Amino acid sequence: MLLEIKNHIEKNIHPDAIVDLQETGLQSALYISKEYLKSVCLFLRDHKNYYFDFLANLTAVDYFPEDYFEVVYNLTSIPFQKQLTLKVKVNAIRDLKDLPEVPSVSEVWRTADWHEREAYDLMGIFFTDHPDLRRILMPEDWVGFPLRKDYQDPETYHNIPVK
Amino acid sequence: MNELYQQAYKNYQNKISTVSSQEMVINMGPQHPSTHGVLRLELITDGEIVKDIIPHVGYLHRCFDKHAESMNYGKTIPFTDRLDYLASMNNAHGFVMGVERMLGIQDKLPKRVEYIRVLVTELNRIASHLIAIGTYGIDIGAFTPFMWCFRDREHIMNMLEWASGSRMLYNYIWVGGLFYDIPVNFEERCQEFIAYFKPKLVELDELLSNNQIFIQRTANIGVLPADVAINYGCSGPMLRGSGIKWDLRRVDGYSVYPELEFDIPVGQGIMGSIGDCWDRYKVRVDEVKESVRIIEQCLPRLMQDFKRTPDFDPRGLVPKKVNLKAQEYYVRAENPKGELGFYFVTQEKTDIPKRIKARGPSFNNLSVLPELGKGVLIADLIAILGSIDIVLGEVDR
Repeated sequence: MLLEIKNHIEKNIHPDAIVDLQETGLQSALYISKEYLKSVCLFLRDHKNYYFDFLANLTAVDYFPEDYFEVVYNLTSIPFQKQLTLKVKVNAIRDLKDLPEVPSVSEVWRTADWHEREAYDLMGIFFTDHPDLRRILMPEDWVGFPLRKDYQDPETYHNIPVK
Repeated sequence: MNELYQQAYKNYQNKISTVSSQEMVINMGPQHPSTHGVLRLELITDGEIVKDIIPHVGYLHRCFDKHAESMNYGKTIPFTDRLDYLASMNNAHGFVMGVERMLGIQDKLPKRVEYIRVLVTELNRIASHLIAIGTYGIDIGAFTPFMWCFRDREHIMNMLEWASGSRMLYNYIWVGGLFYDIPVNFEERCQEFIAYFKPKLVELDELLSNNQIFIQRTANIGVLPADVAINYGCSGPMLRGSGIKWDLRRVDGYSVYPELEFDIPVGQGIMGSIGDCWDRYKVRVDEVKESVRIIEQCLPRLMQDFKRTPDFDPRGLVPKKVNLKAQEYYVRAENPKGELGFYFVTQEKTDIPKRIKARGPSFNNLSVLPELGKGVLIADLIAILGSIDIVLGEVDR
């Protein structure tokens, strides 16, 4: 099924849309190129063979020593009862002024709105074209992104000892 | 900080400071009882009509993801209990299933362990739904169902305390087994409870479901169409209330659910239109009945086919150390509130994960509130929020 989707996307979207195919572990995944992410998502959501209409989960993972981030999309097709994992790999720029950028899919699935806000808040991924990319769980004036592996806890927050 | 990253916050501040003189910004919460926890809703209102809603969450953020990265899988189970603290058994069950599938021991578990797991999770599902129904009544202004629901829930709490030693946060379901076997005579007491509870459920149903005031407050209010519900990632009674038959206990068929008979109630729009607040409430009431049915099927099997034997060891398969290959896995389970998912990224040669993300159903269900609540009265907003049935421990994690 994964190969079929891969071929289908390459034929319909762009030959370079899919970067890699991961088939280790229990759930296989497709690595999508950043440029074609939105069109691939729209295609998977609306195509009559797939209908991946339910974005179950969106998260970001920090691979620290290897120095890259992965944004993971767990899709579910409610009509066909299928699951699919998409991944986008971005290089880590470990600088608070220059965050790694991934296009937002909140136009495709509205649920991605809050999930992307959370990924931005905790992992520092900047989702371009997001309608309202504010921090969601941490306070607005918090410095740094706590789920990054190189994150250092601050000593105080508004003169309250944190540690 | 880069200007671009602050832009959304500036837009938000701008929106709040430039409301027209006719409109007013009202804070609902974080200490408002009908927000069911520490949720703050910023309402832009025109008289009694809600023009816009800006939810602010995170007051109960306890860094579940960060904690889970610093300890092994077994130690994370008590933290999962605190996600949806009204349904701790269900949380632990979902988490444990994920680890067991990655270990490849999910088929080797004794049947008795699986049936006990289903028994306690279904008891906990009833307890969670009783809270949802009772507090929904009190949101609308009916006080009696609240007291009745808490009275019956207390019986379940006492039974689960008897089994696990704790009243709400159990740490009972472990990777590869259980903390202990259920106590002697637990099955009989459970049967007594079911015999007591079934007539009470009929009473409760009569008290609220056909109450004219309740119907007028909930029917045709907060109608959530099925396509919007799916697009917003709603699951559980929210999605089923909109008429979609989607229950992961059937779809995935995990644990021993394929061996059990139960129906999946969906919203039918009996009092108003499909997907209104009344439908969501009714789905929960019907689910309690289905859970009672499941428990009734579990108990005889636990007393006959898989009864307590001296050599039964509920910790027989509990691994000393969870040794996993480096892999990723997304596990999902049907919680009382909806689809609870855990995304694992494991590491080689250590039992500490690289990343665990909990996907709370309440988080997604709550995100549809700004869509549902635009243009309704403030009093109806309370009815809509109550029908979503959020637990802030799971929204904020």
